[in-house]
Amino acid sequence: MSPIPSAAAAARIAPAATTPELLRNFCIIAHIDHGKSTLADRMLQLTGVVEARAMRAQYLDRMDIERERGITIKSQAVRMPWEVDGTPYALNMIDTPGHVDFTYEVSRSLAACEGAVLLVDAAQGIEAQTLANLYLALENDLQIIPVLNKIDLPAAQPEKYAEELAGLVGGDPEDVMRVSGKTGEGVEALLDRIVRTVPAPVGDAAAPARAMIFDSVYDTYRGVVTYVRVVDGHLDPRERIAMMSTRATHELLEIGVISPEPVPTKGLGVGEVGYLITGVKDVRQSKVGDTVTNSAKPASEALGGYSDPKPMVFSGLYPIDGTDYPVLRDALDKLKLNDAALNYEPETSVALGFGFRVGFLGLLHLEIIRERLEREFDLDLISTAPNVVYDVVLEDRTEVRVTNPSEFPGGKIREVHEPVVKATILAPSEFIGAIMELCQGKRGDLQGMDYLSEDRVEMRYVLPLAEIVYDFFDQLKSRTRGYASLDYEPIGDQVADLVKVDILLQGEQVDAFSAIVHKDKAYAYGVMMTAKLKDLIPRQQFEVPIQAAIGSRIIARETIRAIRKDVLAKCYGGDITRKRKLLEKQKEGKKRMKTIGRVDVPQEAFIAALTSEGAGSSGGRDAKDAKKK
Amino acid sequence: MSPALPDGDVPPEDGGLPPSVAARSAGRAFGVYLHVPFCAVRCGYCDFNTYTATELGGGASLTAYAATALEEVALADRVLRDAGLPDRPVSTVFVGGGTPTLLPVDDLVRLIGGVQDTWRLAPDAEVTTEANPDSVTPDGLRRLAAAGFTRVSFGMQSAVPHVLATLDRTHDPRRVPDVVRWARDAGLRVSLDLIYGTPGESLDDWRRSLEAALATGVDHVSAYALVVEAGTRMAVQVRRGELTLPDEDDQAAKYELADDLLTAAGLHWYEVSNWARTPADASRHNLGYWRGDDWWGIGPGAHSHVGGVRWWNVKHPRAYADRLAAGRSPAAGREVVDETTAELEHVMLGVRIAQGLPIGELAPTARAAVAGLVADGLVDPRAALGLDGTRRVVLTRRGRLLADAVVRTLAA
Repeated sequence: MSPIPSAAAAARIAPAATTPELLRNFCIIAHIDHGKSTLADRMLQLTGVVEARAMRAQYLDRMDIERERGITIKSQAVRMPWEVDGTPYALNMIDTPGHVDFTYEVSRSLAACEGAVLLVDAAQGIEAQTLANLYLALENDLQIIPVLNKIDLPAAQPEKYAEELAGLVGGDPEDVMRVSGKTGEGVEALLDRIVRTVPAPVGDAAAPARAMIFDSVYDTYRGVVTYVRVVDGHLDPRERIAMMSTRATHELLEIGVISPEPVPTKGLGVGEVGYLITGVKDVRQSKVGDTVTNSAKPASEALGGYSDPKPMVFSGLYPIDGTDYPVLRDALDKLKLNDAALNYEPETSVALGFGFRVGFLGLLHLEIIRERLEREFDLDLISTAPNVVYDVVLEDRTEVRVTNPSEFPGGKIREVHEPVVKATILAPSEFIGAIMELCQGKRGDLQGMDYLSEDRVEMRYVLPLAEIVYDFFDQLKSRTRGYASLDYEPIGDQVADLVKVDILLQGEQVDAFSAIVHKDKAYAYGVMMTAKLKDLIPRQQFEVPIQAAIGSRIIARETIRAIRKDVLAKCYGGDITRKRKLLEKQKEGKKRMKTIGRVDVPQEAFIAALTSEGAGSSGGRDAKDAKKK
Repeated sequence: MSPALPDGDVPPEDGGLPPSVAARSAGRAFGVYLHVPFCAVRCGYCDFNTYTATELGGGASLTAYAATALEEVALADRVLRDAGLPDRPVSTVFVGGGTPTLLPVDDLVRLIGGVQDTWRLAPDAEVTTEANPDSVTPDGLRRLAAAGFTRVSFGMQSAVPHVLATLDRTHDPRRVPDVVRWARDAGLRVSLDLIYGTPGESLDDWRRSLEAALATGVDHVSAYALVVEAGTRMAVQVRRGELTLPDEDDQAAKYELADDLLTAAGLHWYEVSNWARTPADASRHNLGYWRGDDWWGIGPGAHSHVGGVRWWNVKHPRAYADRLAAGRSPAAGREVVDETTAELEHVMLGVRIAQGLPIGELAPTARAAVAGLVADGLVDPRAALGLDGTRRVVLTRRGRLLADAVVRTLAA
């Protein structure tokens, strides 16, 4: 209805002094580029939290990469005043990450809310990731407010998509709100609707404090800033708090709310959302999902839903210039402060030198980290093709965990377990056949299919994660002309008939090219990789066989024929200086080669072999593709 | 002459040389290269410094060219004296182009006369001119011999009409045996230049050219793989897809065929692209380039080397003539070759010749690499072991085809 309430009204919604009935905690669930940030900006403006002239587009997305890609990596929570029917309310908007890799963070953000705005582009309809997050929200019993955004667009089809949304959340198409984050149309009504339909938080004010951490961010100046939602009791400045998963205690140096800059407060009460600063320097000491309690009067039971982030995808990261190795190590150490899911160990590759095996939540996470390393730390990196984690059970029943294909054990193997995911694909129904064909080729198992509307379907598959990280995104996009969207979440593992394929260059194994693949696909992989390397590696003075092998069995072979001519025919007086300079340049070029056995392999060949198809076709590109549509 | 001039230091206005050259020239032969920058037709593959407009104006025109070039000879004489170099007779002269035989015979005679008057020709001096089979006559060849020329190198290129057409060569291949005979009758040694790897040339075409060259009975053949240089008309044709370049394997096969046929006919390789019947038939002038001797290059775009200093003249004949007219050196840039660079040049040039590189003169790392090169079949084991005298790096035929790789190994 209106933004800044009167001074008296404002006092009723002051932090640490607001009754739960006047609080509304909500998040916005939306696909990349469906306009979440623009809508959030408009809300900040309408509630008077940010003046129009101070408005930086997409205020909430802080990191440059986020701004460029139009995606949100780290969430924040903003407190906004809003008056309806003469009563002041404090609205906490909790930002949620929008991508598949961050499902756990999303689930914690949702757990901090009572309501969710389901925001869908009126020209595109719902996407798979949004649908997945919607299901998460429904599981958390959140009140859903379906909203179509971008109704100002000429291509908008509000009737069609209102029906789709109504079908998904139940209710009438007329109940689907229509807004334009760009023009501000319908946004005031949406704020009113949030106040009217999202339930107020409920908690025991007298109980020992329990607050759930839904985000944790490292700040250079302040150390770790922890975002919490208070469930029971209250947190006060200067008190000593305890983390319930680790029993570690910290002094609360500062507590406050974001509006939209941090403002210290006298504390946080039941249902309130805000930040804590304790002076810790590593987000691992303040883990998302953990419960914060009072150290002197601790709660007996933690809030549910906590789990440690588990890396699902691994890749080797190597500096192109070997002398950059210490720089890479320091850079990873710095990024780790702000990323509880990032973990890494040093590794050495015959082909690539010194580097790290890094575990990620998924492909987008990988690409974001890689890009930050290159951009913020000025590093040139080679990343090996991403792989998943395998649990190998040997004949003697000992188990080996494999995060690097080249470490896959030889000898007698009893069974190999690989992670599987539940994948949801949304696409126009004309692509059902193409998607089924793709998923079958990727060892997928169809679980079910539903029509979202007349011409859009939701298909559910169980797929090996290894197939997803290989080239699934690219294939899906190309086979559906970019219209399909994908979401997946890990659901466990399965036993599969997997083998390690090694690539040998003149008899020498090139560790960076080893891959674990399904037995039925080993031959195709071997043929593809040997053919690719044949094209990428320049001819040498001698013949170079390239072989693909399972153990000692050769399954594919190509030969790089020996170069026969490498001489300038004419070298007279005027040619000497020019020719000498050419040789000096070639000598420099040789320095940039890696030598495998006697074979000189240019750095570019490794990069090209490792980054085409499989690697690099990650969610990051998916995000960009989504924007182009 | 290379198309683009290299980057280098700015030479002094008077072309003066640093005092270091005297010591580094000691014991070196001295040659003169004379560039004639004119052609009747510009060939599509040619990236040499040459012009078809014979009236470039002033001292650059064809008629005034001999006089202009002689001005540089006079300047060269001054510079060499000022640098403290002792008088050395000229051991070789090479007149190249362009098409030297586009100049009137009198002008060629005048040029040799100028060199003779300035420095003296050694009694056994080798004096060569390049010539187009189109632009020589029996009489002209006799007059050149009388004036002191000892050798002529004809640009035969191919015996196959469609290959010659692709190369824009206008001469009638049937004329080659005649011009060779005329030159030999005049008392001149004769060499034929051939090009292989022209777009559209088959292995049989190339065999015909080799057989035609050998049928003339010449004692010297140069055979060059066609290199399509950036900026030539042929490079444009290749880029547009109008011409398809043969691959390096085809060129290698043609090189091997040339080596087979020439060797069978009694001509032996003495440099990667050169074959001669006897050591006396080899081009001494060109051997000077590969042995690091001194030479002064006269003419626009010409390169010189004296005592470890390399320099090159301005490219355009008009700029060249203007500089000389103003009493200035025509040098456009130069470099003083330091020890490391000299070592690389020594290896780069020395491996090209059949005489090879004495292993004792190599750096220790290069010496250590020789065994590997022998094992790879690139270096002749007998020569490397010194079975025929001093231990030397002499390339095998495969080594000649991979000479640049050998240089990179030795210079690593």
